[in-house]
Amino acid sequence: MTFLLQHLNYVAVIILMMLGLFVTFSSGNLIKRMIGLAIFQTSTGLFFISLGKVQGGTAAITISPASPEAKALAAQIDPVTLAQAGVNGVVYSNPLPHVLILTAIVVGVATLAVGLAIAVRIREAYGSVEAADIAARDRVSLPGQPAEPLV
Amino acid sequence: MTFDPNLTLNFILLAMLVIVAGFVAATRSLLAAIILMSVYSLVSAIWLVVMDAADVAFTEAVVGAGVSTIILLGAILLTRGEVQKPKLSKLIFPAIAAVISGGLLIYAAMDLPGFGDPASPANAYVGHSYLVSTPNEIGTPNIVTAVLSSYRGFDTLGETVVVFAAGIGVALLLGFGERAATAAPQPLDPSGDHNVVLRVAARLLIPLIALFAFYVQFHGDLGPGGGFQAGVILSVAVILHALVFGLRETMRALKPGFVRAIAALGVLLYAGVGIVCLTNGGAFLDYDFLFDRDTVDAIPSGLLGDPDAIHHWGQHFGIFFIELGVLFTVAATMVTIFYAFAGRAPDAQKEAR
Repeated sequence: MTFLLQHLNYVAVIILMMLGLFVTFSSGNLIKRMIGLAIFQTSTGLFFISLGKVQGGTAAITISPASPEAKALAAQIDPVTLAQAGVNGVVYSNPLPHVLILTAIVVGVATLAVGLAIAVRIREAYGSVEAADIAARDRVSLPGQPAEPLV
Repeated sequence: MTFDPNLTLNFILLAMLVIVAGFVAATRSLLAAIILMSVYSLVSAIWLVVMDAADVAFTEAVVGAGVSTIILLGAILLTRGEVQKPKLSKLIFPAIAAVISGGLLIYAAMDLPGFGDPASPANAYVGHSYLVSTPNEIGTPNIVTAVLSSYRGFDTLGETVVVFAAGIGVALLLGFGERAATAAPQPLDPSGDHNVVLRVAARLLIPLIALFAFYVQFHGDLGPGGGFQAGVILSVAVILHALVFGLRETMRALKPGFVRAIAALGVLLYAGVGIVCLTNGGAFLDYDFLFDRDTVDAIPSGLLGDPDAIHHWGQHFGIFFIELGVLFTVAATMVTIFYAFAGRAPDAQKEAR
């Protein structure tokens, strides 16, 4: 039971990742595909943050061990963990995954914008953002000649 | 097994995320999918707070529920598509691929260290050493900021350059929004102004949002926040102005060329701090070499309030300047991206008529 609870987070994250993968693979609409990629990307973020959580820990912002908050936190944790993982009597969650994912989210929205901009230009050139329509237009138009808009 | 409210909340929020993502996958309306993605981001921001990742939660709330929703809405305005009904046969192979790779990943995940394990390799070594050495070497209470801008400053410089490059990419693909600046102004609605409430509320909100952005920026080494979050919040203030008062008005107040210059200035400021450290004899972005001895002695010891505390002035000022560079680049890039998408809208309206 404990083993299952300890690994349920990873299972949930993998389900999210596969939902994103499924949307990206199955959807013909380019915008919907970008949404699928966004789900896929956030799921990796959730995975990293899950790995960085420390049982009974707090956010990685140093607090004085003499403060009432630190004492209240320390009272909830068993002394062995506190001695092993604590820093000055306070247990913090791992800050490194937070750093990696924080910047990845902002980079993610910027690259999402690039993908969407390409989709907009495809719509202007092909008159559609459906992958099937675009492929059909590419087959019809002769090489070296600009494709004629469908609309 | 004792009842742990945090763990229970964690599972409830993850279940909500899976349900919302499932509806995103199932819906055929792109508008519904985008609104659900906004909900998804908000729920995951709450989950991130439960996971002690306050800085990430901040970013996810601003970026996921704010800016990315606006950009996606702009994209469906410009593409005007709705998802065609998929053939069942086209869904089988993606479903099989997802189920097989998901099964393999779950099988592999069973070997991972347990959730919340303080002795896991990720938490016991490198993460722990950052926690131990930050107070002595950097001196900022927020360890995430210390790792982001000092220990891994080179990494963050790379991220900032990627954001800048993405902004350039969007501008090259969609233009700088100059079409909106030259387009004829929207004809006034003869039946009267229906947006009075919006205008008044926006006038109140925009200064507050901008002020909050600066609070997040300059408070980033003490609490959750920093250049990335503040930059996105600041861009939201500009985007809100454009949504309520029109893109022309915003472009008159904040010229696209000026915004692009700010984006470049941010990267320049960040890399410039690194170069100054180099010329002073240190490594690239080693802020301990930002000032020479005399300059450090000239800094009043009570500048940050506590005159008795030992301060790493190079680190404090280095982080201050590079976070400022991040703020410039992120805010200006987000505004440039918004200008690019919104600037195409007059074309889309013309086509629709």
